[in-house]
Amino acid sequence: MNFSVNHPILFLIVGIIIFFVLAQSVFFLVKALKRAKELGMDTKKIRKIIISASIFTIAPAVAIVVSVIALAKDLGIALPWLRLSVVGSMSYETIAATNALSGMGLEFGKVAELNATQFVTIVFVMTISIMVGIWLVPVLCKKMKTGLVNMKKKDAKWLDIFQSAMFIGMISAFVGFVFCDFSGVFKGQTQGLIPVLVMAVSAVTMLICGALMKLTKARWINDYALPASLIIGMASAIPITSWLG
Amino acid sequence: MMKNNNSYIEKVYSWGNKWNIFMMILLLAFPFLVSIIFNTSPDWNGLFKGLVATAPMYWAVGVVEVITYIPMLGAGGSYLSFVTGNISNLKLPCALGALEQAGVSADSEEGEVISTIAIAVSSIVTTVIIIIGVLLIIPLQPILQSPILQPAFNQILPALFGGLGVVFISKNWKISIAPILLMLILFIFTGLGSGEVGIMVPVGVVFTIAISRIMYKKGWL
Repeated sequence: MNFSVNHPILFLIVGIIIFFVLAQSVFFLVKALKRAKELGMDTKKIRKIIISASIFTIAPAVAIVVSVIALAKDLGIALPWLRLSVVGSMSYETIAATNALSGMGLEFGKVAELNATQFVTIVFVMTISIMVGIWLVPVLCKKMKTGLVNMKKKDAKWLDIFQSAMFIGMISAFVGFVFCDFSGVFKGQTQGLIPVLVMAVSAVTMLICGALMKLTKARWINDYALPASLIIGMASAIPITSWLG
Repeated sequence: MMKNNNSYIEKVYSWGNKWNIFMMILLLAFPFLVSIIFNTSPDWNGLFKGLVATAPMYWAVGVVEVITYIPMLGAGGSYLSFVTGNISNLKLPCALGALEQAGVSADSEEGEVISTIAIAVSSIVTTVIIIIGVLLIIPLQPILQSPILQPAFNQILPALFGGLGVVFISKNWKISIAPILLMLILFIFTGLGSGEVGIMVPVGVVFTIAISRIMYKKGWL
């Protein structure tokens, strides 16, 4: 069979794998919904959470489609479709493909059409290098969660603080990341201000939502505050970039 | 009820273990199947060099990510997130937003259920949007790659953590000051680049836990 990066059989295999990725998510969703019902959790609240999680996901998911399109030029459509539907990212797949091709004495982006051997080599490197999380979660998840339960039994207040500290630790790393090009501002380069201003717009949107909720007592605003701050923040990047970029 | 709670979480471990091992086999099967169908094998030299250059770094990052994210994602959310990916830029913020919206603690059973629902919904929506994107790749390409929209897609993380940051920092401002100052200093003055954020997440988490522990012991929290 003659190989092509867009051969229909590749789409068929990838389609089958993606079907199981979807099936796993649906399986856990159904089980969690059933458990929520058993626990007597408010159905309306659960429905609102499903709606806001869906809205919140749209913009980042569209950005993933942009990455699929960008990678499709060199890798075909089927492989980026698979890799970005499972654990992977634009930067990771590019690094893995670059390293695999470099090992064969080639340069990523400069191969007119990959042959089957090159394609398979790239897929092996991508797959093996990022497999850790998938098998390590089954090894560690129960042990770590049991450790947290024991911590709660010993000192419930400290567990609350511990978990807040984990969230804050992660958020602080991303706040720092937003300022990673900020030092250029001291030299008169304004591009480093773009992410800072976008973050500020998003933060202000969230504050406005919070104030509106308090003033109007409209609880529904809380359901859409996070998706709204994300989308308004992203939209603000367009004029801010044309101004400072 | 307690017995019932335990049996649910035990089932989550059992389902998750089976699903993740099955997904691992399925993902590994892809390159083998392509090799068989197209009657080829990998370039062994290229594979070895590619793995040596790529795998050690990503294995190390993977181990740290699993240890860092499991307590935040919950059990069901962890099994799903480490298959579907995009954890720090999508799944975890989505779960955090849902926990906040529901007003439940991450360590409660309600929190476990809510975070699983949010992450499962986010995974389904992402997968479906990518399928639509692949089906419509030709008409969508000029729109999604238009220079007008590029700045919006380039700034997802600042837009995401602005809103999320306000919620969590305002509620935990005492333990937020030191890690935010540390990260600002590191990113502005030491030349850390955007690629280092994945490594700085566990650094931020460990530092914040240490600071919080000291403050807690001193009775400041």
